[in-house]
Formats: sequence, structure tokens, C-alpha cells
Amino acid sequence: MTESSTLLPTGQRRIDHLEMRGIVKRFPGVLAADHVDFDVKAGEVHALLGENGAGKSTLMKILYGLYAPNEGEIYINGKKVEIHSPADAIANGIGMVHQHFMLVPTLTVAENVALGLKSSREPMLDLDVVSERIVTLAERYGLQVDPSAPVWQLAVGERQRVEIIKALYRGAALLILDEPTAVLTPQEVDDLFGTLRQMLDEGHGIIFISHKLHEVLAISNRITVLRDGRRVGTIPAEGATKPQLARMMVGREVILQYEKVDMPHGEALLRLEGVHAHSDRGTEALRGVTLEVRAGEILGLAGVSGNGQRELAEAIFGLRPITAGKVFLDGREITGKSPALLNKLGMSYIPEERMVDAVVKDFTVAENLMLQDHVNPPYAVGKIFLNPRAIAQHCAEMIRSFNIRTPSQETPIKSLSGGNIQKLVLARELAREPRVLIAAQPTRGVDIGATEYIHQRLLEQRAKGTATLLISEDLDEILALSDRIAVIYEGEIVGVVDRADADVETLGLMMAGAKRQGEQVAEAV
Amino acid sequence: MIDVIKALLTVSALASGIRLATPYLYAAIGETYGQRSGVLNLGVEGVMLMGAFTSFWAVNRFTPEGATTYEPTALLIGVLVALAVGFVMGLATAFINVTLQAEQGISGIGIYLFGLGMSDLLFQRLFQGVETVNGFPKIYIPGLSDIPVVGELLFRQNLLVYIAFALVPITWFVMNKTTLGLKIRAVGQNPEAADTMGISVVKVRYFTVTLGSMLAAVAGASLSIAEHNVYFYNMTAGMGFIAVALVYFGSWRARGVMFGALLFSLVTAIQLRASTLGIGIPDEYLRMTPYLLTIIALVFASQRIDQPAALTKPFERGE
Repeated sequence: MTESSTLLPTGQRRIDHLEMRGIVKRFPGVLAADHVDFDVKAGEVHALLGENGAGKSTLMKILYGLYAPNEGEIYINGKKVEIHSPADAIANGIGMVHQHFMLVPTLTVAENVALGLKSSREPMLDLDVVSERIVTLAERYGLQVDPSAPVWQLAVGERQRVEIIKALYRGAALLILDEPTAVLTPQEVDDLFGTLRQMLDEGHGIIFISHKLHEVLAISNRITVLRDGRRVGTIPAEGATKPQLARMMVGREVILQYEKVDMPHGEALLRLEGVHAHSDRGTEALRGVTLEVRAGEILGLAGVSGNGQRELAEAIFGLRPITAGKVFLDGREITGKSPALLNKLGMSYIPEERMVDAVVKDFTVAENLMLQDHVNPPYAVGKIFLNPRAIAQHCAEMIRSFNIRTPSQETPIKSLSGGNIQKLVLARELAREPRVLIAAQPTRGVDIGATEYIHQRLLEQRAKGTATLLISEDLDEILALSDRIAVIYEGEIVGVVDRADADVETLGLMMAGAKRQGEQVAEAV
Repeated sequence: MIDVIKALLTVSALASGIRLATPYLYAAIGETYGQRSGVLNLGVEGVMLMGAFTSFWAVNRFTPEGATTYEPTALLIGVLVALAVGFVMGLATAFINVTLQAEQGISGIGIYLFGLGMSDLLFQRLFQGVETVNGFPKIYIPGLSDIPVVGELLFRQNLLVYIAFALVPITWFVMNKTTLGLKIRAVGQNPEAADTMGISVVKVRYFTVTLGSMLAAVAGASLSIAEHNVYFYNMTAGMGFIAVALVYFGSWRARGVMFGALLFSLVTAIQLRASTLGIGIPDEYLRMTPYLLTIIALVFASQRIDQPAALTKPFERGE
């Protein structure tokens, strides 16, 4: 092979074969990677599949120089390389798009791309030169962005394009994508796949981390499954099936479809009328949201991250001032009422930021279970003195019935897994038998086993007649559980559809802001 | 009332107001570099005191016995000594805040107390009683200094005043037009992102903190060898803390910091003049005004849109 044939069209050297051999990474008390072998070739997508905590991100952070492995070696084109920092990784032609974008929001696209690079006019910046190259790359790979736009103004999908451009600009021959589709609408996922295919044709290699089985099957050539830090196996994507992959990930059979009992349409227990609220930045986050959730119904709220979902949940639960509009709980107006009162009236809330808003990190399992009820008899004698025996009994009951895996009630909650913490939150919120439940991203960052369990519990609650508002960015979850689906875009409800009439494509378009055709017609009339 | 205002707002009072902005400018612009990269250095006051004392000592030591006019070599050595002291204290500050990841609000108080005590100790050891030096002379810019009013205000100042004001556009240029400035801003806003782009967060922060400390030391020197030409105990009297506040007041921008510095120094100058005129308000109340103004200004300047998101947060790769 001649020297020129190993170059990519963008000029950088091709990585024909990258190998990680026998990678071991120990964190205090955890073996995050246990002698893992992994390799990727030019022109292929090698997917890395596994549950949260399986070691996917750890492995890739090692490859990108963010973690130092305890053992193991990395070879590029048969030659051993040392990668001690992101700078080393970049120099070796490795680029990474992180799950949490690594962008500086106050800087422009061009400034973010130029960051840390040698300028052609050192020590001065050469943003004009950078912008020109960005436009060239953007055209070549279908990654439309405005180089002069400040990043904080960009939508999530655009930010991801900036991340990919950043990597390509630095001469990435191999691109690592960590959960790239989690924040995208289905149409944006198609666009992303288009970009990736263009890169593959040119000879780039791609490592694709995901836990969404259908996407992995759609884009990959090979799939490696990790579980508990170990490699379960590597299989060709062709001929692989979803149940097979799920089994490899979890280690047992997994239910991918739920059975739902038919529920009669109940009365509206939660009703929102033209609710407005501001974001933390002071901008209008909710612009007249009108919704109702009926007894025995799960209303799924779909939308791309950051379209007002968090603000809506907080506004309903009294955690964010409502600037205009009204909220009713079973006919009674509850606008601006405190969370304590709403708890009492039969509303429960599962916040999306589990570790920040749902639990106190340094408290024990028991203390966290009693966060709200510790002032009520029988847990507090005369509302003042804690009653340890009643508390221990109640906690033991919740731990048992919700299958929370914890060494003891006195274990600090931060040492539990994400799935178990979420089960604890669920136990606490459902033990009160709520009539209205606000569940925000209830299974985000939770393993498949716990997800399945949480879903079953939500369906059980539905069967008991609870009105559930399920806010999720995971369209699969929405489709699996909801009776009706509302789509939120820029703080407005674009439309509400029955589950039976909903398909991924229409929902995707609505998530991008398109009104449903039927409604447009209705409006025109 | 009009007469009183007329008496207070004389050209010479305003000129001294501009001169008095000098220490604020050096200290606050230095602090801006550090804060832009995410490090709050509350020890500015201590570094200023050390800079004030050591430069005073150097100028005193290297001016020939009985000299009646200023000695350029001695003044140069004075500034260099202040820069060296600032450099060492800056490295120490960076080591404590960046490497050891100390709580920045607390560690700065330690640095302040060290500077306060050390400068006084050295003064008592090395000097017997009050001494003076021949400090930086006024430089009359040819032509410009003859313009009525403006000439006296802007073009009859000493060298350290000119350099202080020159730092404002220079800092703007460095922050916005150079690769270094981009690194500083990125590290202050999102150190994780900067790290993944191959930038050494630690190096950038060591650089800005040390530079800021060197400028703080020059701020002190501008008091002892250009403005007052004497050294006395705690001569900065809280200016270093006001400088930290000015960075917030100026929204982390050199120009905003300059307006803040001018506001404070003009108030101080008018207050000094009012004290000498004796306008019927007790001196104690007049002397309170700059500090009172700090509090009021900060309450109203609470718009923190441009606040570096990682300010006071230590960085460590991989939690």
C-alpha cells in the first residue's frame, strides 16, 4: 500500500486498525474494566453496547486519555501508542463526542473549534480562517452550523454537529460517539447517520456507544456487549436480534413489550390551563401549556431535551413560580401551592435530577425514605421526637416491596446503584398512594432490569387509577407506557395524540416543532 | 450648595482622582485574569502590601544617600522587586488554590493576613521611623499636557498611571483576540471542555493567578513609590478587597473594571478634598464613602451574566 492511499480525503492519516488489549481499570471498590479487548477498523462502525455502569464510557475515556488504565495496551496500525491525555489522543487521530457536550456555551462555534489549536497567526486568533474551514467541513459532511453563533443559542442537535466538526477539524480519523442519539429527534438521528455514512465511505472508523438496540442494529457493522466491566462478546450486526442483544446485556431474558389492562376513561385529576413560567435564565420557558391527565391514564410528554419539560414539572409541583395560568388537582386550584401541601393533597413527584432533587446524597437509605413523612405520626411522636422503631419498620417494608438492593437501612444512599436509588425514590413517592404522579425521566441512567421494574410499577399505579404525567426524552419509553402522548416544543404543546394513532415519524416531526397536519387544517378552517 | 460642589470638583481634585485609580486598576485587572480563568484570589490585599513595602525598601536602598531627585535605576529596581515578590506570592497562591484545590474564599484570607503581617514585620525590622523616597515623577506629555483641563487631568501623570490605563485595552485585546485569551475564557467557563481539547487547565490557571499577583504587587508599589512616596502600616486600607469587588462590578471586563476604578477613586479624591475643606460633615463619615459605595455598587451590579461559570471551582480530571 502506498503512503497516499493511507490518507483520508481531509488529509489526515487513516487508522486502519486500532486495538485495545487487556484493558483493566479499577476505581475504589469497583472493577470498571476487566481485561477488555476491543478493536475497530477503518470504514466500520463498531458499537459498544451495555447497561449503565457496564464500563462503556470508562473504556472510551481510557482511549481518549481521560483515564489512565491500570493495565493494558493500545495499538494503532500495529504500533503501540501511549495515550496519557486528550492531547495525545488528538495527536493520534482520535476524536470523541462526549455524552455531555464539551462546549463552552459563552463562546461562538468558531471559538469552540479553535480552542487549544495553534493559530496561523500566533499569538493572535485566526477565527476567519477557522470559520472558512468549518464551512468547508460542514458542507462535506452535512453538518450545517453558523460559525459565528454563540453556542448557548444553539439547539441540542446543532451542538452535537459542532462537537463532530471539532473532532474532524482536529484531524480525527477515528471518532468515538458516546450516546449520541439520546438528545436527538428521530429525524436528527437520520441526519447523524447520514454524516456517519459519509465518514465511513472516506475511511474513518467509528465507535458508537449506545443502549438503544434498534439504533445499534441500524448503523453498526460489529457489536461488542459489555456487562459489569467484562466483554460478553463481539458479534456481527448482520443477523443479530434485539432479544439476543438484550439478553447479552442483562444476562437474562428481558421483556421488551408490556401488557396493559384496559382502563375506563376517568375524570381529569390534573389540569393545566395556559401555564406560563420562566427558565432559570429568566427567559420564557413555558408559553401557555394546557393539558389534562385523567384518572387511570399515563399521559406521555415527549420532546427534545430543554423544551420546557423540567420547568413544567417544577411549575406543577410548586417548585417554580407560575407567571400566568392555573393548575388544578381534582378540580381544586393548586397554582403556586407548596410541595408539602401538594404531597398532602395526593400528588407525588419523581424529579429528573435524582441525585440533586430527589435524595440527600449523604443521608442513609432510611433517612432518604423518610424525607417527607418523618414529621407525621407514627414516625414522629407528637410531631417532634423521631420514632426509630416505626421508621425502621416502614423502611423495611418499602425496601422489601420495591426490591431495593441495599446492604442495610443505614447504608449511605450514594453507594447504591442508580437503579436502586430510583427504586427508592419510587418507593417513597408511591407508598403514599398518590392520585396524581409526575414522573420526570424516571428511568434515565437506570439499567434495563430496574427500568423494566419501574415501568411495571408505573403500570400498576395506572391500574389503581392514578393519573400519571410521564415526562421522558426516551421516545421508546413514552410509546411503551402512554395512553396518550403530548409533544412539547419551545414551551408549547404542539399536539396531543392517542397512543394508537402515534407513530415515530409523526412524533419526531412534532418534536421538531411541526404542528400535526389535522390541526393545521382545523386552524385554517 | 453650588459653591460647595464647585469647591470639591476642582481640576486638581479630579486629576488626583484619576491618579488614585491606578492601584485599583493594577489590582483589579490582575484579578480579572485570575477570575476569568475560574480562580478567585482574595489575597490581593496582602500581595499589594508586600509589593508596596518591598518596592519602597528597594527604592530607598538603591537611591544614593542625600539624593534630592528621583533615581531611575532605583525606581526600576523597585518595580522589578515588586514584580518578583508578586511572582513568588502568585505561585504560592496558585499552588494552594489550583494544585491543593483549597477553598478559595478561605485561602485568600490567609494570603492577606500573611501579607499584612509580613510587610509590617519587615518594615519594623528594616526601618527606624518614617522615611520617604523620591518616587516616580510626573511626566508631561509634550503638547497634550498643555491642553486646558484635559491636559492636567490626563497628561501630567507619572509613568505607572499611564501603564495602568494602557493595561485596559491591552487586556481587552489579550482576552478577545489571542489564543491565550480564548484559553483563559474557556478554562473559566468550562474547564472539562478545555481539558478534552488538550488544554492544560492547571497551566492556564497558574499563569493567570501568577500574572494577577504580579500586577497586584505593582498596585502596591504604585502607592508607596509613585503616589505617597512613604510606607506605613496597612497603607492599602482595603483597596485590594475593593479591587476584587470591582471585577464583579465591571462584569469581568477590563473596560467595566476601569469605570469602576474611576468611580471609586473619584469619590475618594472628592472625599479627601472635602475633608481638607471641612464642609461640616464629620471626617469619619466622609472616609466611609468608598466602602459604602462598594456595598451599594455590588448590590446593584448583581447582574452576573458574564460570570465565569467555573469561578471558585477547582478542576480535577475524571471525578
